[in-house]
Amino acid sequence: MPDHIQMSEDELRERTRALLEEVHPETTEAIPFRRKQYEHGLAWVHFPEGHGGLGLSPKMNVIVQDEIGKHSKVVHQDPGASIIGIGMGAPVVLTYGTDEMKRDMLPRIFSGEDVWCQMFSEPSAGSDVAGLAMRAERDGDEWVVNGQKVWTTVAHLSRWGMLLARTNPDVPKHDGLSYFVLDMQAPGVEVRPLYQITGEAEFNEVFLTDVRIPHDRMLGKEGQGWNVAITTLMNERVAIGGGGSKKKGGGGIAQLLKVWNDRNKDASSPAQEAILRDRMTQAWIENELLRVTSQRARAAQKSGTPGPEGSVSKLAQAEIHKRMWELGVDVMGATGLTFEAGYELRQGYGSLNSALELAKYQFLRSRANSIEGGTSEIMRNILGERVLGLPGEPRVDKNVAWKDVPRS
Amino acid sequence: MAFEFTFTEEHDELRATVRAFLEERSDENAVREQMASETGFDPDVWAQMAEQIGLAGLIIPEEHGGAGMGYVELLVVMEEMGRALLCSPFLSSAVFAANALQSCADEATQKELLAGIAAGETRVTVAHAEPNGRWDLDGIQLSATGSGGNVTLTGTKTFVLDGHTADVILVAARTPQGIGLFRVNADASGLRRTALPELDLTRKLAQLEFASTPATPVSQGDQSAAFARVLALVVAALSAEQVGGAQKCLDMAVEYAKTRLQFGRPIGSYQGIKHKCADMLVAVEFAKSAAYNACFAAAEDDPDLIESASLAKAYCSESYFHAAADNIQIHGGMGFTWEHPAHLYFKRAKASELLFGDPSHHREIVAREVGI
Repeated sequence: MPDHIQMSEDELRERTRALLEEVHPETTEAIPFRRKQYEHGLAWVHFPEGHGGLGLSPKMNVIVQDEIGKHSKVVHQDPGASIIGIGMGAPVVLTYGTDEMKRDMLPRIFSGEDVWCQMFSEPSAGSDVAGLAMRAERDGDEWVVNGQKVWTTVAHLSRWGMLLARTNPDVPKHDGLSYFVLDMQAPGVEVRPLYQITGEAEFNEVFLTDVRIPHDRMLGKEGQGWNVAITTLMNERVAIGGGGSKKKGGGGIAQLLKVWNDRNKDASSPAQEAILRDRMTQAWIENELLRVTSQRARAAQKSGTPGPEGSVSKLAQAEIHKRMWELGVDVMGATGLTFEAGYELRQGYGSLNSALELAKYQFLRSRANSIEGGTSEIMRNILGERVLGLPGEPRVDKNVAWKDVPRS
Repeated sequence: MAFEFTFTEEHDELRATVRAFLEERSDENAVREQMASETGFDPDVWAQMAEQIGLAGLIIPEEHGGAGMGYVELLVVMEEMGRALLCSPFLSSAVFAANALQSCADEATQKELLAGIAAGETRVTVAHAEPNGRWDLDGIQLSATGSGGNVTLTGTKTFVLDGHTADVILVAARTPQGIGLFRVNADASGLRRTALPELDLTRKLAQLEFASTPATPVSQGDQSAAFARVLALVVAALSAEQVGGAQKCLDMAVEYAKTRLQFGRPIGSYQGIKHKCADMLVAVEFAKSAAYNACFAAAEDDPDLIESASLAKAYCSESYFHAAADNIQIHGGMGFTWEHPAHLYFKRAKASELLFGDPSHHREIVAREVGI
């Protein structure tokens, strides 16, 4: 991306006010408003002019939000289902897409008209995503794709999918992948909800049977899919490792304290109480340190000397969350035997009305924290190798054709 | 309060200066020499620390001859001292006594003693704990009898930092008003000082027995609240020292894991070792967050100081101990020898964990402060 164009904060605020004079969120629906916001270059100001941006620094995006908030009670935020399209789809189209794709797809991603999903993981390719097996074979101007994807968020709502598939099985795994934009309405695409430990389906499985993708929907060159995917994955990890509440005692620990304060105090002896109270204090301490560590990471980033404090949060947060909600159920004692939210299989989130229900739900949901976006074991490898400089493990699949590597 | 956690170029320079000094004057040989000595510190090094770098008076105001710096500078210095396992009366005199005098003592006593501490000429300690083994204020049972110029102390204080070598002892004792601070000179009559056989030879402790020992009150009225705050200030500083030690253990473990070969490859390439190191890294970074949060709270006189300090002491104690223990494990048989320094950190870690109250004691304080 070229150097950022200099523009004063005042000028950007002025341009935002000009948008508001033309359309106002209080009188305009989200989609038409966000379309206009795109046309004014105020969708993502760090994108180039003509593609919803002004070529500014990404830091200036908050100014637009702030100015809109100042003049309107209604703010049309990024729609929940569009987070993947906006966070990963748009940057990848901008970097690798044709002019036509940029023109047609970017405005619809931002407006919320088109939802995007990311299709990397497969049943046999979890931590080792680059070992994936979905096969794409060339047939004239098209690619014919067969295989299964898994853990695909919002696939059932999606217009487009970011698809990583194997175009050459005869080379080592990273070299045989290509990246496609998949039309989710194409014949042969089947989306099924994937019910999880909580009974909900936050994710889907996607089955592809002889699905045809035009060659010009390939992003990057044939065999370079891994490089294209890496950019997308880095954004995901940043999005997940947020690092807890910014406010002391806020977020999950506030909910846990509510469970503690509402507990049945007659159910345990003073000795049992003392043990639980100490565990509660440890949970408080860990949450507080998660908050302070994120603050240190932000301070270090600002001063231009980021250290390891930024890298440890994903691992720490996952493990702390799991411990915290295990404790939540332990504090409840026998009350933990019931699960009011129920296990009726459903797509999307149910509503959780009390701290008690939330704690029980989190007890189940938090198991995923140390799996999604990089398992804790992978995160420990990354910390060990990239931060501490320890040597990697010998790789048995290095320089071996993908088709000759054993897989489950 | 939310702190910015900004370290300036001056802080970086201070760190570099102290590290360079300690690498030269407190290397492993020097540490082992002081461990074996009765006094437990090198008077020449102590004098240099005071005169050349101004460390003995780091947190003492300039009007009393000190450097007039605060807790952010102190945390930098403590980290480096913990890293080097420095053997010195710094914690007793420059931290505990300097804080106790500034928080509890009258003007005249401050004027008289702080300048001597800053110059490194007078080594002062605080006698607080007793054989009952409690670290809270209720543990202070020794009573002062008499009044004005005729006060005497009778009883026992123990686990007193550098108690057998200090020139002046500030004794926390019961008075009809509550808790007061009393000055006893090293040569006072009826004072018997016995060095304790420590688990951690790098930090000397003594038992002091008082038998109608003449003492001078240096505070007015009940000092309970002020002294509780002093204890928080001391554990905040100690937690920074623990961070320095823990970081050093991590560094040693990682360095060894990169170079030790077994089954034809570095042991750090095995996940069994690599993941242990990664967990140590997380614990050390979290310990830094805890200690920095406490020391910034001290620097800004934050109302939550007592909570932050106890939180840091609870967490940093456990992090340091685990880092020191894992460092021994990663070093294998070598880590179990007397010759290797791993055990020095292991002992310092456990001793500093128990000193001024163990993690359960400090979690109790956090729970009380937070309302759990």
